[in-house]
Amino acid sequence: MLKQIEGSRAVAEAVARCRPQVICAYPITPQTHIVEALSAMVKKEELNAEFLNVESEFAAMSVAIGASAAGARAYTATASQGLLYMSEAVWNAAGLGLPIVMTVANRAIGAPINIWNDHSDAMSQRDAGWLQLYAETNQEALDLHIQAFRIAEELSVPVMVCMDGFLLTHASERADLPDQAQVDAFLPRYEPRQVLDPAEPVSIGAMVGPEAFTEVRYLAYERMRQALGVIDATAAEFRAAFGRDSGGLVRPYLTEDAETIVVALGSVLGTIKDAVDELRAAGMKIGVLGITTFRPFPAEAVREALRTVRQRIVVIERALAPGSGGIVTADIRTALAGRLTPHISTVIAGLGGRAVTRKSLCALLQAELEPLTFLDLDTGLVDRELARMRAARRSGPSPENILRDLGITASRIG
Amino acid sequence: MMFQVRFHGRGGQGVVTAAELLASAAFREDRHAQAFPSFGSERMGAPVMSFCRIDDQPIRTHEPVTEPDALIIQDPTLLHQAELFQGLGRDGYMLVNSAKDFGELGLDEFARGFHRDRLLAVPASALALTHLRRPLPGAALLGGFAALTWAVSLDSVLAAIDEKFTGTVAEGNAAAARAAFAFVRDEREALTRKAQAHA
Repeated sequence: MLKQIEGSRAVAEAVARCRPQVICAYPITPQTHIVEALSAMVKKEELNAEFLNVESEFAAMSVAIGASAAGARAYTATASQGLLYMSEAVWNAAGLGLPIVMTVANRAIGAPINIWNDHSDAMSQRDAGWLQLYAETNQEALDLHIQAFRIAEELSVPVMVCMDGFLLTHASERADLPDQAQVDAFLPRYEPRQVLDPAEPVSIGAMVGPEAFTEVRYLAYERMRQALGVIDATAAEFRAAFGRDSGGLVRPYLTEDAETIVVALGSVLGTIKDAVDELRAAGMKIGVLGITTFRPFPAEAVREALRTVRQRIVVIERALAPGSGGIVTADIRTALAGRLTPHISTVIAGLGGRAVTRKSLCALLQAELEPLTFLDLDTGLVDRELARMRAARRSGPSPENILRDLGITASRIG
Repeated sequence: MMFQVRFHGRGGQGVVTAAELLASAAFREDRHAQAFPSFGSERMGAPVMSFCRIDDQPIRTHEPVTEPDALIIQDPTLLHQAELFQGLGRDGYMLVNSAKDFGELGLDEFARGFHRDRLLAVPASALALTHLRRPLPGAALLGGFAALTWAVSLDSVLAAIDEKFTGTVAEGNAAAARAAFAFVRDEREALTRKAQAHA
């Protein structure tokens, strides 16, 4: 059913239709609306699930692990510091091969504290062994959750559905909410590959030494390779069942004759497509490659989609690897290794909620680019702080110095 | 054509709800709409913004509205902020929640460059107090906005209110929206007559 609905609410409705048996969560902005809505559904008995309020994110993931190991379909959601706080359990969930689905409402990581959107949180866990799917729109966010449970359970691996905090979670947009029968037909009952059952006792997660640890990890690598096919097939079946394109590995837009291809993840793709339409109208041959599946990294699909680019690839990233540069760019370079590589540049954009605008994108994409650019960087502000640091040993905390320079004593609200 | 609206108010006045109601009203007219808040830590009384885009095509962008076609000012104590009017084009609309007129609000000078019948004040808080018994101006402003811009119809606004609220809250908000619609419609007609008389 078509509805005008807030992103968080739409995701909560989709998760509910997936019939999770255990939901555990600890509130953290900007994820809170999702679990709030789910808890209300459980309370009103619209959703037959166990809802556990836990004391921390570490407990949230630990409960999800326990529930999943006992054979329950388990769901949780988090963001930012919450994801970091549960990190040890995040790796365990993957190592144990438990098909937990988790929403990450992407948000920056402190310090300095920042509640706004970027991808630093999910990127920090990119090697934890979870699948990572990034939503471009609210419609895709809700669709990805339905696909996530199916992919997770088919492979027995956990799946992270990443949606941009505030930009998607708090935006009211049009979304098509599938009905219960449609989801039931698409998502079969959970049949665990391994289960803690008193009738047939087994150990899960016991110690493995040097004699077999490499093999265990190899199997995880192999499962990730299989995941590429499963994700692709699931998106195709989803299209057949629900009549729309959602999920999958990558999504090209106007790439066929493109001399520049912009690569990005998440909701910024919409704004980029608007910019690309504007540049196309002005005669520029430019296209976009959206990466929906970031883990496993779909190297072959990326290579195929970028096969036509003769001039340059611009990777727009909402996270930064300090001391290295672009996180997604590194994977793109690896995917293109051995080929006559076009010029690849990284653009760090939208950190900590900085708006990524069509105007800035159009200017950026028409310019010659350095290997690494920060979009809309206030260089004056940076230079003045560098000067202060040169002038005095005890120059004080940079974030506070910069805010004072801007004439504000606390972070601007709104 | 895309129509973009920016709401200015203070935390607790229902600024986000108002933008969502407008999106919901547009959705009822089979249009695409996107409403979102200004992404801040929400605090009672702090200046907040929300945004709404309405279009005939799917809306892909997720950037804030910087060049609004219309401004809805829920709290007139924000009018001294210079950035409040930022990006409003000369063909733009503005609706201010106030019982005072533009002259009393000190806005005559500002209004000079615009279409005069597109900038209006409506006593939305007073209307809300009368009909809803609470000074929450959102629904009334949307009623007035419908009369000012015709971007959505009053019926769609009323339907959106009916979906969002129940019982006396729904009735009070609907009554406030109707009253504000009538007020703005009459004000506009008066302004048009005045302009014709001067012509």
